Amino acid sequence: MRYIEQQTVVKRMNGRLIANAIFKYIFLAATLLALLALVILLFRIVSQGAGNLSIDFLTNFASRFPDQAGIKAALIGSLWLMMVVAPTSIILGVGSAIYLEEYAKQNRITSFIRMNISNLAGVPSVVFGLLGLTIFVRAMALGNSILAAGFTMSLLILPVIIVASQEAIRAVPGELRDASYGMGATKWQTIVNIILPAAIPGILTGSILALSRAIGETAPLIVIGVPVIIQFLPAGVMDTFTALPMQIYDWSSRPQPEFQAVAAAGIIVLMAVLLFMNSIAVIIRNKFDKRY
Amino acid sequence: MRPSVQEMIAQSKGKKNKKIIEKIIPFILFLIASVSVLTSIGIVLTLIFETITFFTRVPFFDFITGTTWLPFSTNEAQFGIWPLIIGTLKITAIAIIVAVPIGISAAIYLSEYASENVRRVIKPILEILAGVPTIVYGFFALTFVTPVLQAVFPEIKIFNAISPGIVVGIMIIPMIASLSEDAMSSVPKSIREGALAMGSTKFEVAWKITIPAALSGIVASIVLAVSRAIGETMIVSLAAGSTPRFDGDFTGSIQTMTAYIVQVSKGDAGYGTTIYYSIYAVGFTLFLFTMAMNILAGYVSKRFREEY
Repeated sequence: MRYIEQQTVVKRMNGRLIANAIFKYIFLAATLLALLALVILLFRIVSQGAGNLSIDFLTNFASRFPDQAGIKAALIGSLWLMMVVAPTSIILGVGSAIYLEEYAKQNRITSFIRMNISNLAGVPSVVFGLLGLTIFVRAMALGNSILAAGFTMSLLILPVIIVASQEAIRAVPGELRDASYGMGATKWQTIVNIILPAAIPGILTGSILALSRAIGETAPLIVIGVPVIIQFLPAGVMDTFTALPMQIYDWSSRPQPEFQAVAAAGIIVLMAVLLFMNSIAVIIRNKFDKRY
Repeated sequence: MRPSVQEMIAQSKGKKNKKIIEKIIPFILFLIASVSVLTSIGIVLTLIFETITFFTRVPFFDFITGTTWLPFSTNEAQFGIWPLIIGTLKITAIAIIVAVPIGISAAIYLSEYASENVRRVIKPILEILAGVPTIVYGFFALTFVTPVLQAVFPEIKIFNAISPGIVVGIMIIPMIASLSEDAMSSVPKSIREGALAMGSTKFEVAWKITIPAALSGIVASIVLAVSRAIGETMIVSLAAGSTPRFDGDFTGSIQTMTAYIVQVSKGDAGYGTTIYYSIYAVGFTLFLFTMAMNILAGYVSKRFREEY
């Protein structure tokens, strides 16, 4: 029978402890490296673009001259886009989630819908652009309008909203449901009066995060054929428009270095919009967190 | 006088429309839920039909075996998909080389070493990194990473595969880190504590206990990240150039499948031209690649999961 040799253990212990310490710092360094990338990215963009930020930049239309270029059409266009995407995607997303969580029976169709949603989340956004081009722009003859782009974006973020809403609905305690049924409420009354109010913070948080993805998404807009140089504001959802990421893409791809700075200023505006939306999501999450 | 409860019940039972609502609502919600299915069907049918039209003009065999992609040539247009696939694979390879070591190291740090407080700071920052729009990453690749690389390696051109590859890698780090961390965190504490009690160091626990136990989740996260890298569009459109090429060069302009779709869409290729249909054929190829990766990720995480 072999006993553990005290000496070998002690000798190896040193190496093991050193390896432990070294790897701890390697793992920490890797984590910090990822954070550093974010810091550099933000710093670069702010330092490049801050000089171009002004009230004029927000209120001017796009221009051939970098110092006169503004983001008005794109900013307003993105807001229009959100006005289509938000109701469409939230109604479809929350409706699907209610069906899957409350009504769907455990059968083939339901598991097919579930599998389909998770697969849809993995489809590249540019492919959604091709869908939008064929179905909304051509087949339904909506052209490169706000409506066509909005429907495409809604379908793109639909899986995210469905999954977030499902989680929010699932998190509603069963006692609330039972109490509602116990009071004689019907299923739909329970959903509308009990479950949805309880789940709404989670639904809103998930939806806002999904919408902020839609506002930064570029590829589907390019494929649909959303133009860049627009000298007017849209008056309705059937009008053509441009959006923040489109405008930034156009400025970034121009060779003149002056336009790089304009692009950076545009990115600051985009990131500010995203920051605003995310803070609302965080506030909602904190305010309503753990009510039950 | 207020009606008694019994009267109220009797009254509401008499209301027909309430019963109708209870019957109609599930049906309406079912229709809403089927929109996502219709979307998938729409994507597949769109891609298939337009791709079939494309193959009536360009032989299928030329498309899947051709090594020259020259769609804009007026007299001798050639549609061999391989240069675009090679371009996509170059970007993906660099992205994975960048993202896998960093992402998994970060996951190990967060799940094995970091205190609850550190985790609470770092995880939201990683989420921010995941929420940065890809157009911003593209701008960063073009105006920062490329010039820095050029300063070190002068042979690198303005448009190249390395810079967007690195930035795509940065983009997918949070995905690998958070999915791998989820997998590692779900390894039961008791196993870890058992190893620690036997005298293992934290590193040995991570290397010999946590990683093997969470391997299916880690591999699945990498496969999903590959899928994301393949489908990434804006970073490569801005920083990788538009030169489809069938070689192993990383320092010059290349083109990926996604960047080709953007290039054609931007240039207003007339509806009905062969070039117009070619973006669907390329999109279909792209769709098949990402779909295969997503299915593989699902298979890996189900089939090789260690159950405790």
